[in-house]
Amino acid sequence: MSEIRVENLCHTYGMDTPFEKTAIENINLVIPHGQFVGLIGHTGSGKSTFIQHLNALLEPTSGKVYVDGKDINESKQSRRDVKWQVSLVFQYPEYQLFEETVYADIAFGPKNMGLSEKEVDERVREAADFTGVTDDLLQKSPLELSGGQKRRIAIAGVIAMRPGVLILDEPTAGLDPAGCRQIMDNIKRYREMTGATVIVVSHNMDDAAEFAQRILVFDHGTVKMDGTPQEVFSRPEELIEIGLSVPRPTAIAMELRKRGLDIPGSIYTHEQLKDAVLKLRGDGKC
Amino acid sequence: MLKDITLGQYFPGDTPIHKLDPRTKIILVVLYIVMLFQAKSWIGYGVVTVCTITAMRLSKIKFRNMFKGMKPMIFIIVLTGILNIFYTTGTPVIPGWPITWEGIDRAAKMILRIALLVMGTFLLTYTTSPMSLTDGLEILLNPLKKIKVPVHEMTIMMSMALRFIPTLIEETDKIMSAQKARGADFETGNIINRAKAMLPILVPLFVSAFRRAEELATAMESRCYHGGEGRTRMKKLVMGRKDWIALAIGIIFLIVVIVLKKFGL
Repeated sequence: MSEIRVENLCHTYGMDTPFEKTAIENINLVIPHGQFVGLIGHTGSGKSTFIQHLNALLEPTSGKVYVDGKDINESKQSRRDVKWQVSLVFQYPEYQLFEETVYADIAFGPKNMGLSEKEVDERVREAADFTGVTDDLLQKSPLELSGGQKRRIAIAGVIAMRPGVLILDEPTAGLDPAGCRQIMDNIKRYREMTGATVIVVSHNMDDAAEFAQRILVFDHGTVKMDGTPQEVFSRPEELIEIGLSVPRPTAIAMELRKRGLDIPGSIYTHEQLKDAVLKLRGDGKC
Repeated sequence: MLKDITLGQYFPGDTPIHKLDPRTKIILVVLYIVMLFQAKSWIGYGVVTVCTITAMRLSKIKFRNMFKGMKPMIFIIVLTGILNIFYTTGTPVIPGWPITWEGIDRAAKMILRIALLVMGTFLLTYTTSPMSLTDGLEILLNPLKKIKVPVHEMTIMMSMALRFIPTLIEETDKIMSAQKARGADFETGNIINRAKAMLPILVPLFVSAFRRAEELATAMESRCYHGGEGRTRMKKLVMGRKDWIALAIGIIFLIVVIVLKKFGL
């Protein structure tokens, strides 16, 4: 189990210099085990700073982060240990690949955990399987591969540590639609097989709407909205006001409403939109 | 962590020192260094110290930032101090010991000299943006073009290098965080283990540095960049009245220190 509890979390960069900047301010929330959370917010809203606190990469300026009730910033040891439990995949993770072979790169995390040769091998193969990395790729150099493949290998390198909480910062940025889908499916599969908590930072509202059970909206370093996709996307005007987009079905529903059609205000999937439009026709058939 | 490095960093501001032409500031730093090496007596050093502190006050740079930047120099400063204390002949402080009064006097002057040298040059880089610094340097070095020194190419390389220092630091920070998230440990273990632990940072850093260099070269070429001849500037440097006044003050101080030296003070 890996419940994350955040209390009064604040972080200020460059304390006492002319470049001082408060990135996040007084954040309080609980993420129960196994939840699929979508984290949205525009650039500079504090999302990245926030997620780096969840596995002690950044130390809070003030406030506490608890994983399973334990303060993760308690000691040097706890700051290191929490990284096995809460793993973070950074934006453009392909830029962190460094080993000579894909296999060795995926094995980097598990090896650091101090596992035996056999366990490492098992985990590498399992992670490769999760992310659709085939056996012949394992012996290649990561630098020879395509962008999408590199991305999946980098994610495999984190999954190989079997974290109870998997956090991904913009995992689909810069990929083509097929690549995006593949990565999101890999993540979903990992969650289904292991029951892990997954937090995905995304600009892509359609992804967030489709996968997440809960949506956190960050704005100016605070949590502006927190709720199910249903709740959050039923307030599209507020999202647009803070400079975010809304899922396409929501945008279409808004436009239809504006033109005087009787469409409910909480639509965020294509399915819901289809039903609403059919209902409007009255017969429920296409 | 890495972002705390202040060496050569620019602190934007709106003080009289910030507003000086970069050429004026470069010349003043050269005059300052000459002055510093002309000072022999405590009076001479006093004059230089007053200069430095006045300039610092004017530029509103905090002492704390100066000392932060001086940290990497501490080893050299301490070493110079110790060597001078022990290796100067003269009257011993305690008979039979190798420490002499002359040694202590000389060590103190040496330490002060290095500290002032660092502070003076930091004042230049703290108050001048890297871009205007290289612009100023290019104009000052212009006469060298006559003897076929590629001044423009050199300064553009310099400004690019300066431009990419923060980018590379940021990148290093990012890669370090990413590898830390995978359990890399940079803080424990002996020197060999720590050096080995740097590999997961250095390889991606080099890969990305080369990628960036190539992208930049392509971007410049596709804008038909061809360097030197006939290029105009976005910001034209103009020497104003304040620049001439500042230079005059600098020269006066230099003369004062040289005269003091002539009188053995």
